[in-house]
Amino acid sequence: MAVDGLDLDVVAGCCFGLLGPNGAGKTTTLRMLYGVTRPTSGTIRVFGLDVAHEARAVRARLGVTLQQNVFIEPLSPVENLRVFGRYHLLHGAELESRIEQLIDFLELRSHADVPVRFLSGGFQRRLAIAQSLMNRPDLLVLDEPTTGLDPAVRLALWSRVRALRAAGTTVLLTTHYMDEAQRLCDRVAIMCNGRIIREGAPEELIRSQLASEAVELDCEPAEESRLLEGIRVVHRLRSGTRLMLYVDDGAHLAERFRNRGDRRAVVVRPTNLEDVFLALTGTSLEGEAEPRPSTTGDGETVKDEVAFGADDAEADVAGGEERGRL
Amino acid sequence: MISVPHAVSVWRRNATMYRRTWMWNILPNFFEPVLYLASIGIGVGAYVANMGGMPYVEFLAPGLLCVAAMNGASFEVTYNMYVRLNFEKAYDVMLTTPVDAGDILVGEMMWAMTRACIYGGCFYIVLAIFGLAPLPASLLALPIIPLAGLLFAAIGTSVSLRIPTIDMFSFYFTLFITPLFLFSDVFFPLRERLSGNWLWVAEALPLLHPVRLARYAFRSEWSPLLLWDVAYTLGLSALLLAWTSRGIRRRLTS
Repeated sequence: MAVDGLDLDVVAGCCFGLLGPNGAGKTTTLRMLYGVTRPTSGTIRVFGLDVAHEARAVRARLGVTLQQNVFIEPLSPVENLRVFGRYHLLHGAELESRIEQLIDFLELRSHADVPVRFLSGGFQRRLAIAQSLMNRPDLLVLDEPTTGLDPAVRLALWSRVRALRAAGTTVLLTTHYMDEAQRLCDRVAIMCNGRIIREGAPEELIRSQLASEAVELDCEPAEESRLLEGIRVVHRLRSGTRLMLYVDDGAHLAERFRNRGDRRAVVVRPTNLEDVFLALTGTSLEGEAEPRPSTTGDGETVKDEVAFGADDAEADVAGGEERGRL
Repeated sequence: MISVPHAVSVWRRNATMYRRTWMWNILPNFFEPVLYLASIGIGVGAYVANMGGMPYVEFLAPGLLCVAAMNGASFEVTYNMYVRLNFEKAYDVMLTTPVDAGDILVGEMMWAMTRACIYGGCFYIVLAIFGLAPLPASLLALPIIPLAGLLFAAIGTSVSLRIPTIDMFSFYFTLFITPLFLFSDVFFPLRERLSGNWLWVAEALPLLHPVRLARYAFRSEWSPLLLWDVAYTLGLSALLLAWTSRGIRRRLTS
């Protein structure tokens, strides 16, 4: 079972992130949204329409960028967009002007007439997003939009997503990059083993699950109790010899270590979603998803996770009023 | 429900790609019949004076026309469709748009028939140039080209949706298409070589029916048997398409 008891509401006009490791069920969840995978039970409503019965109407207002780029390789970006636009029954001057707009919006002009197979990964990804914008979607679904791209391309893509969101498009994206989610998303849901284990605004999740700052250092398990003697932390996590301590004032804790004559290198940084994910699932993102109760901490401990909903899928995406869009 | 405009958009996808390379795609379509006719006309035809009551090359012409249609459709729905389905993921991206699985099937059938018409059309032109397409009688054979295309598009698609690896198409061509080519009235009249129950068995061969239709058209002859040929071709196509439309939905959705 890829997805189990999913209950998800995405408000129109927001950017929603679905996070989780490979195999968490993110792609399956997206496939259910546009009616290609059917839930065994439950209903999925997009724009208030039941996907099971009105898939065509839903997909007319939806743009989907799949994980894998799908192009006709010998054809140019312009020709690919033309082919794709026809799936939405665009034609003539309307089709051509839309292609022009998207070539500009995603900055594809320099290679607009070069066969796609000669384009770089970043270019191809931008073209894939241009494709999914052909029909001016109310809801844009991005399945791992920036996986495998270099930092500059990621930044460029993020700015495009922000521009779309500002223009009123609802964005639903999956990622296993927590920094991406934190920068782009108004709300995120963390998925693991087909279930949503936490949902909320990124900052809110960090505040409620951990503390605002993380102190990282190398520390053998054997010396941990001696090191932390008399020190209160909100939460602590261990990955191999790396120990992460979550506190409200990281600099203060680092200073206490120094005052005790401890010379090891200490990193103080803001807590991020990656930490939340680690705390919730006990796994690193790139590793296998095998949730276990998190390590003990002086603050709140995370044990059994609550599955939202029963054995069925409930999702309501981008319901509510119409909005202006690109 | 099938949406014809969406099916046409699928057809246009393939046509756009084909147009890019049409010169290289169309030329072989002319060479093939020329080579066949040269071999039979100059070679075999010199030894076989009469086949089924006519010069051998004339006997062969309508049969090879149907073979061209069969090949045109078959290559499209086997290797090409398999690549679109499994490697290029073309259908997965279509399903993110209002295009539905049924539209994809209809669009692909229309495109395979188009390829059959391009192949068959080129063949017909060569036959006409060599004086082997009697006018106006042979014009009646032209609708048989898309008909044969549809039949072999339906057969090939039902195979493509189910085989586990692309390598298995070699079995499809060696053990199905090639025997059809050899034993469907194209090279010799089955009626004169088979007897009794074997003739009934031969009626099951899909290629036999378009070939018989085309040969009767070329000779401007008529027989009630032709109704059976039309019924077989349309009936089997419809049956396979009904089956395939469930198959393609199962393959693309879950």
